[in-house]
Amino acid sequence: MSVRPNARPGGQKPPFWRDRAKRALIFQLLLVAAVAAFLLYIVGNTQANLEARGITTGFGFLSNTAGFGIVQTLVDYSSQSSYARTFLVGLLNTLLVGGLGVLAATIIGFTVGIARLSPNWLLARLANGYIEIFRNIPLLLQIFFWYFAVLRTLPSARDSLAFGEAVFLNVRGLYLPEPLFESGFGIIPATFLVAIIASIVLVVWNKRRQDATGKRLPAGWISLLLIFGLPLLALVATGVPVTWDMPALSGFNFRGGITIIPEFLALWLALSIYTASFIAEIVRSGIQAISHGQTEAAQALSLPRKLVLRLVIIPQALRVIIPPLTSQYLNLIKNSSLATAIGYPDLVSVFAGTTLNQTGQAIEVIAMTMAVYLTISLVVSMFMNWFNARVALVER
Amino acid sequence: MLNKKHWVLLASAGSLALTGMTTAQADTLEDTRSNGAVQCGVSDGLPGFSSPDDQGNWQGLDVDVCRAVAAAVLGDSEAVDYISLNAVERFTALQSGEVDVLSRNTTWTTTRDTTLGLNFTGVSFYDGIGFMINRDLGVGSAKELDGAAICVQSGTTTELNVADYFRANDMQFDPIVFDTSEQTVGGYQAGRCDVLTSDTSQLAALRIQLDNPKGSMILPEIISKEPLGPVVRQGDDTWFNIVKWSLFAMINAEEYGLNSANVDDMLSSEDPNIARILGQGDNYGEAMGLEADWAYNIIKQVGNYGESFDRNVGMDSPLEIERGVNALWTEGGIQYAPPIR
Repeated sequence: MSVRPNARPGGQKPPFWRDRAKRALIFQLLLVAAVAAFLLYIVGNTQANLEARGITTGFGFLSNTAGFGIVQTLVDYSSQSSYARTFLVGLLNTLLVGGLGVLAATIIGFTVGIARLSPNWLLARLANGYIEIFRNIPLLLQIFFWYFAVLRTLPSARDSLAFGEAVFLNVRGLYLPEPLFESGFGIIPATFLVAIIASIVLVVWNKRRQDATGKRLPAGWISLLLIFGLPLLALVATGVPVTWDMPALSGFNFRGGITIIPEFLALWLALSIYTASFIAEIVRSGIQAISHGQTEAAQALSLPRKLVLRLVIIPQALRVIIPPLTSQYLNLIKNSSLATAIGYPDLVSVFAGTTLNQTGQAIEVIAMTMAVYLTISLVVSMFMNWFNARVALVER
Repeated sequence: MLNKKHWVLLASAGSLALTGMTTAQADTLEDTRSNGAVQCGVSDGLPGFSSPDDQGNWQGLDVDVCRAVAAAVLGDSEAVDYISLNAVERFTALQSGEVDVLSRNTTWTTTRDTTLGLNFTGVSFYDGIGFMINRDLGVGSAKELDGAAICVQSGTTTELNVADYFRANDMQFDPIVFDTSEQTVGGYQAGRCDVLTSDTSQLAALRIQLDNPKGSMILPEIISKEPLGPVVRQGDDTWFNIVKWSLFAMINAEEYGLNSANVDDMLSSEDPNIARILGQGDNYGEAMGLEADWAYNIIKQVGNYGESFDRNVGMDSPLEIERGVNALWTEGGIQYAPPIR
């Protein structure tokens, strides 16, 4: 509502405290000022207290030498690297377990969620059992279960479980051969790229052709063949320019190849399986939210059952699924900070743990760590909101 | 998700933000008297240094420092509130005032003494880092550890010193880092790592907790200096002096032959050194705000340094650590306290 003073019969402006809009503005300004004053007081008081106690402050410590080792690093790192580098190493380790966790949880979650609705009695019961078991046990206990009860009971390095003298599993982790690319390997990713572009062109052309003539090719299968077949063909044609660095027992441990540490495996398994049980329920509820009339209407148009699911049910279900799915992704990433309980070197463990303790700068380190999780979560939210807007019902 | 450790850190950081300016110049002695107990930070369970016994009473060499301070300040060595802290929590807890003395096998280093706003008051135990390894591996020296996986507790100087040692000797290692010493032992026993590393005194304590202590051995190399001692906040010199001289009183008592059994008889001693320690005549506690019998109370209720050492970590204890460098300077060691006068 608006008040128009000049419309008054007296032609007089009322005093500002009688004007509702101005009053609201004044109260809001007062609130903002109070919050700002409180924050200023907190910051000023913290600084004064830190100074009075002779505690060093500031972010200068980031360029100091860290001096400690980290077991899993995705970028070059040694004990001579700086604390800024440990921050990066921890961040990448967090993103690794978070990213792979989201991927695995999505795949397991969608599979189990759809299986839960299967007309096959056994499959539906199994999916139901999975959901009820893993959703109702605390995540930390599940991490401990995978780490202490499963991976800790594996044999020692010398008695490793070997799979074809190339893959080894023991209490120290999973050892895989590492591919080493020789010259001439560049052609394989190149053909891969060409195949992807060709597939996109094919799909677009196919859609136009279908709109025009009603005829369609099985573009999905052709694309799949292109994307996998073409690079494979190139690989064979160039004489497989790849050698494998095999893990081999030397001294205390396996050397060479790729090592996947048990801390990562335990955390990744627990996060994926736990979050997947929630995603499964979200998927089930999303599909069930679509009224059965939609299926019947689609069938009345004599669409095959596969296409009913793909063209009618799933696009509508996604609108219901995506918002709660976003929360699950955010939960998974934040829950990855439980890594510190089993010693996986994530951001909380190497930065908010060891770095904090070696430098003693709790406020800076904790603030940086919180800012990182906030940033990751906001970026994921933004992406999911964008995706949600794309699949949202377009009202005409 | 945050675990308990991070809540403690957050709460401590928050209390730094919210406490008024006045606490910076707080009178810890006055606070302790009105509170009726010394707020003492100890470990999360390290036999010999600070761990609860089967009745839940804290025992150990580090605990005896807390008790000595309580005896000096309050006249009662039992008037201590023990706060169990892990390696990561300890400094923040002291900085924020959650504890007033940190007596928790903490190594004295430049960084900790300066940038953290803390003061070390002395050395209660001279230690060094060693390696424990399974006998079956047939390793006789730390120089043969190239490529080993090593379990280490996070937030300790050990983490840094081990990295230095391997770098200096041009060897590789995988650091397997856990939050608590319990977890490092678990990792070592499960074979997650080949080697367990820590201060040698801790290794001795951890070794007796193993399922098969005889199956593990401690390698002969000591790769670093680890002087362990009590820590207080900067900015309260009276409290700093009290904690410092409580430990010195225990060491001096041993040097002059005073112990918990004979201290009452010694009250009438003609030796001027003993008379000064026991406050017969001049009151050396006055300038610290203490009664004349401050050192008497320590010796009577806690004992001298040698008694505490033998009872907790020495030959009368399961750890059976030799006095070695921790013997008095008069007996070939380097424990040396400035005179009380």
